[in-house]
Amino acid sequence: MYSPTILIEAMINGLLTGAIYALIALGLTLVYGVLHIINFAHGAILASAMFAVWGLNVLAGIDPYLSILVVTPIFFGLGYGVQRLVIGPAAKGDDGNILLITLGISIFIENALLAGFGSDTRSISSDFSFSVIEAGPFLISSPRLVGFAGSLVVTALLWFIMSRTDAGKAIRAVAKEKLGASLMGIDVGHVYALTFGLGCAALAVAAGLLMPTFYVNPRVGGAFVNIAFTIVVLGGMGSIPGAMIGGLLIGLVESLSGLLLGESLGQIGIFVIFILVLLLKPTGLFGAKA
Amino acid sequence: MKLVETHLKRRTILKGGAAALATLSAPAVLRAAEPAPIKVGILQPVTGALAQDGEYGRLGAELAIEDINKAGGIKSLGGAKLQMVFGDARSNPEAGTQEVERMQEEGVVAIVGGFASPICLAASQAASRYDLPYLVDVGVSDQITGRGLKNTFRFAPGFSICTAAAIQNLVRINEAAGKPAKTVVLVHEDGLFGSGLAKLMATELPKHGFEILEQIAVPTPSRDLSNVTLRLRSLNPDLIIPSTYYGETVLLARTMQQQRVRPKAVYAVLNGAASNRRFVAEFPEAAEGVMDCNHWYDPRNEKSKAVQARVEATGKPYNYNIPLNYSSVALLADALERAGAAERGKVIEALNTSTFKDHLMPYGETKFVNGQNTGAAPVSTQVQKGQIKVVYPGVFADAKPMFPANG
Repeated sequence: MYSPTILIEAMINGLLTGAIYALIALGLTLVYGVLHIINFAHGAILASAMFAVWGLNVLAGIDPYLSILVVTPIFFGLGYGVQRLVIGPAAKGDDGNILLITLGISIFIENALLAGFGSDTRSISSDFSFSVIEAGPFLISSPRLVGFAGSLVVTALLWFIMSRTDAGKAIRAVAKEKLGASLMGIDVGHVYALTFGLGCAALAVAAGLLMPTFYVNPRVGGAFVNIAFTIVVLGGMGSIPGAMIGGLLIGLVESLSGLLLGESLGQIGIFVIFILVLLLKPTGLFGAKA
Repeated sequence: MKLVETHLKRRTILKGGAAALATLSAPAVLRAAEPAPIKVGILQPVTGALAQDGEYGRLGAELAIEDINKAGGIKSLGGAKLQMVFGDARSNPEAGTQEVERMQEEGVVAIVGGFASPICLAASQAASRYDLPYLVDVGVSDQITGRGLKNTFRFAPGFSICTAAAIQNLVRINEAAGKPAKTVVLVHEDGLFGSGLAKLMATELPKHGFEILEQIAVPTPSRDLSNVTLRLRSLNPDLIIPSTYYGETVLLARTMQQQRVRPKAVYAVLNGAASNRRFVAEFPEAAEGVMDCNHWYDPRNEKSKAVQARVEATGKPYNYNIPLNYSSVALLADALERAGAAERGKVIEALNTSTFKDHLMPYGETKFVNGQNTGAAPVSTQVQKGQIKVVYPGVFADAKPMFPANG
């Protein structure tokens, strides 16, 4: 059996990875909570954000962490625009259509990336990518630690926006009762776009935190979206703290089951949780009652 | 089959008739006019997931056709020039088959390429219905030449030749260094390629005194290989054998560097990254010392050096797809030369008796047995000071193996 050192280090790794999963799940859960629809383009948007971070680094030499400041507003704007100009009008008032439209958008983005960048796998290398913090017997990757902290900050920020600002109140109002909200003078189209924009912005931050240690190719989003979906279900659809705690939990389970059962079989742990949650507590840990 | 034959016959007769007419009526200058070009099908995936590899393959074939035509075409056919009929296999077998049908319509004399095993398998089978010679460029699956298809030839080594050579090279390199490596961990992708390879290694290596500590399967794509690295750190093997695709190999090498896992050697087999110039350029530190047993050109071959210089002058890396396709087209041209006719049956016959040597690869004389070139073998390479060097076998090596890699 493995020594406790390895088990503990695997748990630390799992938590650090889980925080990034959580960040990716945040956008998904937010869009679900308000638009009541799974955004199929989530993975493709993540891939394009990662390409943006990579491009800024290669072309302009901008550090991936700094590029978050550039890429996040751009992706917020893009998300807002796409919802306002493409998804909204194309949905023609029926939320069910959004599902198909986002699927279409994901196919479009993936192929645009493929046409623009080819199917190559690319990555950013800096000295920081390889730096570690030595804590006793443990070697903890510094970029992952930064990713963990960044993810917590973004979650806190989003939670603050949602619970303390007028925009957040409007979003929550639309999520609860669309018709009622619009009768109170809330511009539902604007709130939808705002939510979609926030979801994209969260992905942009995740991209900046991921790139120092991960690689990007046009299909990279697929690696994260399945897991993000599991986290959304576990945490409760639409719940921000649920996404964070769900992410950490899934990271931990994945890491431990990967260590004990092997990387391939270890994925089972995640999906066992997924099925158990659907069976026993379909609303998730923090989900509102349907 | 009969249809094709009569069609061909009629065409030959027509051609002959036309030629006779032309000779009679044309003035002396035109009588020496060029014979009709010979159409050669080049099949590569230049869109989709394999686009990168397909582009390199196409480049190799183009360069070969250019050189052959510059040198006077096929001399036994009156200096007939080769004309490329290109087909995009779009990274899937179905598209590859469609393109074979189109090439057949256009009247190609043979097809070269395919790149990936599934495309090669489907395309060569489609070509076999027309007795159309098919030269596989890269695809390593043993099945490709194992089906008894008369039209299918592979100039490069297949899977079993590669793995046998990989094990043999490893054993010899280890023995020459005084057997520093004893314990092994296999890290493999969990698909057909990686699992098959790992299974083979796990049965063969113990026969040569290696101890397999563990086999670790990883999914493609993997988000994180920290745990694999943790296990490697606790197992502390002398040798790590990764059979994974590009992304995972890079991730593993980077995580190992970060977590300070430094085995005596990393010895990859047919790996997606270990002898890829981009990996070496982007992660020189993580790549340093990594060995691979894979397709590679002959670094001492003058002709290969000249092609390499031309490719690199355009800013492209000289990846193995280029010399493999270049050599396969040259092999076909040699067969056409000896066949003395642009006829499929005669080309197949000429390929079967080929002893072609004027290629860019570290192979001996070409000799086809059931479609497989038995003169082909992979070489073992190692990243040394940011360069990919051939370290084994000695005849082709341009550097000595650093074994163990970490002093």
